[in-house]
Amino acid sequence: MVVIKGGRVIDPGHLDGIYDIYVSEGRITDIVESADDERPTEGGGETIPAAGKIVTPGLIDMHVHLREPGYEYKETIATGCLAAARGGFTTVCPMPNTEPVNDRAEVCRFILSQAAKSGVGVRVFPIGAVSRGSAGEELAEYGELKAAGAVAVSDDGHPVSNDLLMRRALEYARGFGLPVISHCEVLGLVAGGVMNEGLMSTRLGLAGIPNAAESVMVQRDIALCELTGASLHIAHVSTRESVWAVREAKRRGLPVTAETAPHFFTLTDEAVGRYDTNAKVNPPLRSAADREAVCEGLADGTIDAIASDHAPHSVLEKEVEFDLAANGISGLETSLGLSLSLVDRELISLNRMVEAMTIAPARILGLESGLKKGGPADITIIDPHRAWRVKAADFRSRGKNTPFDGWELRGRAILTMVDGRIVYNNL
Amino acid sequence: MGGLSTKHILDMESLSCDDISLILDTAVNMKEISRRAVKKVPTLRGKTVVSFFYEPSTRTRVSFDIAAKRLSADSISLTAGSSSITKGETLIDTVKNLEAMSPDILVLRHSSAGAPYMLTRHVAVPVINAGDGMHAHPSQALLDLMTVREKRGVIAGLRLAIIGDIARSRVARSNIEGFKKMGASVVVAAPPTMMPYGIASLGVDVTHNVAEAIADADVIMMLRIQKERRAGFLFSTVREYARSFGLTVERLKRARPDVLIMHPGPLNRGVEIAPEVADGEYSVILDQVENGVAVRMALFFLVLGGQRDGGD
Repeated sequence: MVVIKGGRVIDPGHLDGIYDIYVSEGRITDIVESADDERPTEGGGETIPAAGKIVTPGLIDMHVHLREPGYEYKETIATGCLAAARGGFTTVCPMPNTEPVNDRAEVCRFILSQAAKSGVGVRVFPIGAVSRGSAGEELAEYGELKAAGAVAVSDDGHPVSNDLLMRRALEYARGFGLPVISHCEVLGLVAGGVMNEGLMSTRLGLAGIPNAAESVMVQRDIALCELTGASLHIAHVSTRESVWAVREAKRRGLPVTAETAPHFFTLTDEAVGRYDTNAKVNPPLRSAADREAVCEGLADGTIDAIASDHAPHSVLEKEVEFDLAANGISGLETSLGLSLSLVDRELISLNRMVEAMTIAPARILGLESGLKKGGPADITIIDPHRAWRVKAADFRSRGKNTPFDGWELRGRAILTMVDGRIVYNNL
Repeated sequence: MGGLSTKHILDMESLSCDDISLILDTAVNMKEISRRAVKKVPTLRGKTVVSFFYEPSTRTRVSFDIAAKRLSADSISLTAGSSSITKGETLIDTVKNLEAMSPDILVLRHSSAGAPYMLTRHVAVPVINAGDGMHAHPSQALLDLMTVREKRGVIAGLRLAIIGDIARSRVARSNIEGFKKMGASVVVAAPPTMMPYGIASLGVDVTHNVAEAIADADVIMMLRIQKERRAGFLFSTVREYARSFGLTVERLKRARPDVLIMHPGPLNRGVEIAPEVADGEYSVILDQVENGVAVRMALFFLVLGGQRDGGD
């Protein structure tokens, strides 16, 4: 028996107040208004003091790359789960762009068995591929993938460029009750671009990627969502036009959801600076106007979820010429800190942030989330005041590729609990 | 003191007006050396210049090579094809290995914008950017400035027209920066497909009409049109490009009587520039090439600690 005592408990739309949470045998056994007294925990259990802290449902990162199988030098499922736990996440959803691609049940089962074997305890829910080999030619086996544990399908990293394949993927996935997560990128408009098309790309002489390369496909997918009635989730929204399109689609009642990543609501293309490959990401860091629209979209719920798009790479892919460098940011260990900065700057409410990192992604993927009597004890304790400095070298992730190295952040996870078991403790 | 304010020569932005004046003044002295019967001075004897050309180049490579030799430096010029890059070695490893052999200057031409910046983070030796992707080509801008100053006496107050694929041109970027810094005004002309995002933010006038651009220009700089760019839908036919955006004899009649015609080479005769214009009385294209050697001699001299009025 453990009691998490005196924290501000936030379960968006359900709880927000000072409560004690009782945990036993992996379950939440009770949530009661906090008593000021220091009475010993019944049954002589442990007390986790949480006064001044925020206690939330376990954080969920619905968009990560764990690189295993195939690219273990960048990350393994074990190191990715350790990074997740340190970042406050109890659940992560790895994208299928591994080698081999997670386009079939065997790969799905392998990922789950590696997660179990790692012993870290973080829950892993794999995302299967839209197409075989993510090659954009044939549908993957959604039924088999779902039976093996996949919670969505996506060809993330590659757009589904074939319109008919996307239509059929949405229809086919609907039959299995799986959402389709779309990486929206019109390759013809990217045309070799390596950063946002804007004043920075003009100054740096780098080929630019226009906003339309994303929003054109967002518009297409929304039209196909309307045609098929299937659940569509837009990954890593980076442009204002995408925000507007999703907002309009939601207004019309379409089953569209969206996520964005901390780097899109924190940085602009200025972060590329003098060709910093750690700021190279796809979609690219955009303009200040885009960043503002993304923040607004997050605030008003147009963008449902915050997902890090954790994309660990080794120095082999990053210490090279900018246009040859791999895209991606190692995000699991900075996601919460950067999200809390949005709250500090009053751009979104604390409740909205918690929602975007817990029950919103859970709702999209059909996962369990929330703090309920009888429910699983997946809990994150956050110290919103603890100042800390990002040190990439200290990341538990193998990917040290972050544009936030050296940043001073305020607020971080101090305890991560999955199924009643503490998987990270920095009280 | 009378030296450069920067260690490396990476772009025109990081050079001050004083740096640019110092380089141009020094280059004037260096040019005189190239016109002697014995075209060699001992100034950089015992120094080693390694030039690494990761992208094909004839003019610039030979120019740097001759510049080093005229100052008695030992110069070695490598191309990507003759280096370990073809064996899969990274640029950083290649250059660290070269550095271990104690060169005094590295010259880098690379197809990736920013590659010279990356080098400066990994090696201690001074780096001269001989052209990086679509980003910068400072020695070209300096030789262009030298040529204009030589012909006109001043840069300030002049009007430069740059015509061609502005978006993909490192020559355009460096010349915009250099000429503006020295007090000239700049107009760029091209079809909108060849204009980068927000080009006006660089402080230039923008037009899609070549006649308009050349009407009041003191200097017309034509950029090479790469015919393979048709694949990116940047223009229709070569014929139409030549007629609409090329510098023809007819079009030149509307220019100022003392106009200078420049081109960074290599020329596409009959495309962006008519042969009669390239070889005509207003053309200073070969002066540019000659001044290129002088400017690169000046850069070597100054980067290795040379001072105003020093040397020789």
